[in-house]
Amino acid sequence: MNSNTKLNILRIVLSILIALLISFGIIFITSEEPVRAIIQLLTGPLQSQRRFGNVIEAMIPLIFTGVGVSIMFAANEINLAGEGAFHIGGLIATYFALNTVLPPVISSMATILAAGLFGMLITGVPALLKIKTESDVLVSSLMMNYLILYFSNYVLNNILRDPKAGAVVSYAVPDVTKFSPIISGTRIHVGLFIALAVAVLGYVFLYKTKIGYEIRITGENREFARYSGINIVKITLVSQLVGGFIFGVGGGVELLGMYNRFTWTSLLGYGWDAIIITTLAKKNPIYVPFAAFFLAYLRTGASIMSRSTDVATEIVTITQGIIILLVVAEQFLSKYKHKIISREARATLIEKEGE
Amino acid sequence: MIINAIFSPEFLNATLRATTPILFAALASAIASKSGVVNMALEGIMLFTALFGVIFSAAFHSAWLGLIATMAAGGLIGFLLAFFVLRLKTDEILAAIAINLIANGATILILLAVSGDRGISSSIHSIIIPRITLPVIKDIPFLGKVLSNQNVLTYISLIMVAVVHIFLYKTPLGLQIRAVGENKDAAESVGISSTKIRYISLTISGILASMGGYFLSGGYMTKFTTGMSAGRGFIALAAGAMGGNTPVGSFLVSLLFGAAQALSNILQLGTWSYELVQMLPYATTLIGLGIYSYTKMKKRQRLTGK
Repeated sequence: MNSNTKLNILRIVLSILIALLISFGIIFITSEEPVRAIIQLLTGPLQSQRRFGNVIEAMIPLIFTGVGVSIMFAANEINLAGEGAFHIGGLIATYFALNTVLPPVISSMATILAAGLFGMLITGVPALLKIKTESDVLVSSLMMNYLILYFSNYVLNNILRDPKAGAVVSYAVPDVTKFSPIISGTRIHVGLFIALAVAVLGYVFLYKTKIGYEIRITGENREFARYSGINIVKITLVSQLVGGFIFGVGGGVELLGMYNRFTWTSLLGYGWDAIIITTLAKKNPIYVPFAAFFLAYLRTGASIMSRSTDVATEIVTITQGIIILLVVAEQFLSKYKHKIISREARATLIEKEGE
Repeated sequence: MIINAIFSPEFLNATLRATTPILFAALASAIASKSGVVNMALEGIMLFTALFGVIFSAAFHSAWLGLIATMAAGGLIGFLLAFFVLRLKTDEILAAIAINLIANGATILILLAVSGDRGISSSIHSIIIPRITLPVIKDIPFLGKVLSNQNVLTYISLIMVAVVHIFLYKTPLGLQIRAVGENKDAAESVGISSTKIRYISLTISGILASMGGYFLSGGYMTKFTTGMSAGRGFIALAAGAMGGNTPVGSFLVSLLFGAAQALSNILQLGTWSYELVQMLPYATTLIGLGIYSYTKMKKRQRLTGK
């Protein structure tokens, strides 16, 4: 392990610790029983198999979104339409499952594929708009998310809604398409394996294929990529489409694994969660499951804490925000970095002189 | 019927109302962009300050003192963004995303702590900025109905267009801001501290956005509800960019988006599908951005002969 990797890990660990400490501080100020709340937050998920199951369940969608955004951001394109792509993935999965009759397994696979293709469409629009009109992807992708939300609400209310159900929910997704739990006592579903496969495949795609290499070169230095003969327009588009596809699949998998009906009437925030995951995983899909596990653990802990104490789950979004701020801050620990670099340089110098 | 509604003075009155929060944020975006930093945290700042406005106005028993305190808070968040971007070298977009995330969670936590509710600030006795009728102007046919009987903050937002214009184009500080945004190194070479200028710009940006946030919960609506900024900070980014980051340009584009919002509000009452009508402001922004960028691209291609 070279000193740079070590430093990166140190930075991430320190950032997490500082973020947690600040959050604990807030809990101490606002809560009547801060110690119990913090203990619940940190150890709650370990107290029963079902609760640990909740962590793994929550981790599954986070892996998809983390890998998806890692691939999009690798091309240095801040496309934030993943949120909408995930949302539409869930919607299309519901629509597709309700309107097709296919044998088991094939039905699930076809449903997820359809979700992925629509996800691709959503992140593809800002990317295409940039190619054709040079529109800023950041703003157009954010607008896409709101458009998808209201479009999805429209479809839910007018096409998918089950009038017999009390709340605004779709008809029940057929059992043949849904994922059943693979570990009894939890709701962990086969989506876990799909998610882990996507992380590995995402890693292979980004780090072991020519096109992945071209995406990263384009992301690191557009001009250099252009002069090396890389078609940067095509490469950027590919990265956005692949990312959107993964987001869409994630939405589909989440729906088939965790829901009986489509119930999403507001944006779920997975697009934003993806940002913290890719920040922690340094845009490398292979590290995404670890980051997703961390975030899922924190989320589950917070939800347990909010049920048994007076602290609300939203405390975690503050923790998340601070982690992003610190991990991305280049100057954070920079003095320490200088020290390490100069010490190493001196060591090599002494070694050389000794020869 | 809809056509009639659109050209009615009532609709134009509603348009000005709906434009106000977007306009404040678009001016905020313009100043930050002029100094060379994208302030995507506008969304979070507006959400934060919409809540602070309710709390401060209740605490001070005064809408105006509440507004001043809220502006200070907004300036502080802008300053914090600047600190992370300039001092700690955090990527400006990621820093903004972090601030927006924190705003989402923190506003709920604070609302819960102060009012005991996590959705709406009903139990906080906030004081809203009043609407006023303008003497003389109110008697002008048509125009009177459009311009009079608006919220004071709406008038302030219109005045701010002129103020920000004068600030950016007629004062030494404004010149320095534009110089830094245009070419940081050139500005540095004549002794302007780009860091200092950007700190100032982002702080002012935060203050302007906070006035928009205050208007949301203390004028446009009378209470704070969670997530009430509803993407207006992002729409304002588009408005600023499409207005060439000039105050007057931002104002004109904000008017367009405000009209889309007002139209959406009206149509929701009619027979139209509620959900599809809600897409209007965002669709207008997306399409407007596309058309604007396309014409800009063509113009550049024509000039460079490519």
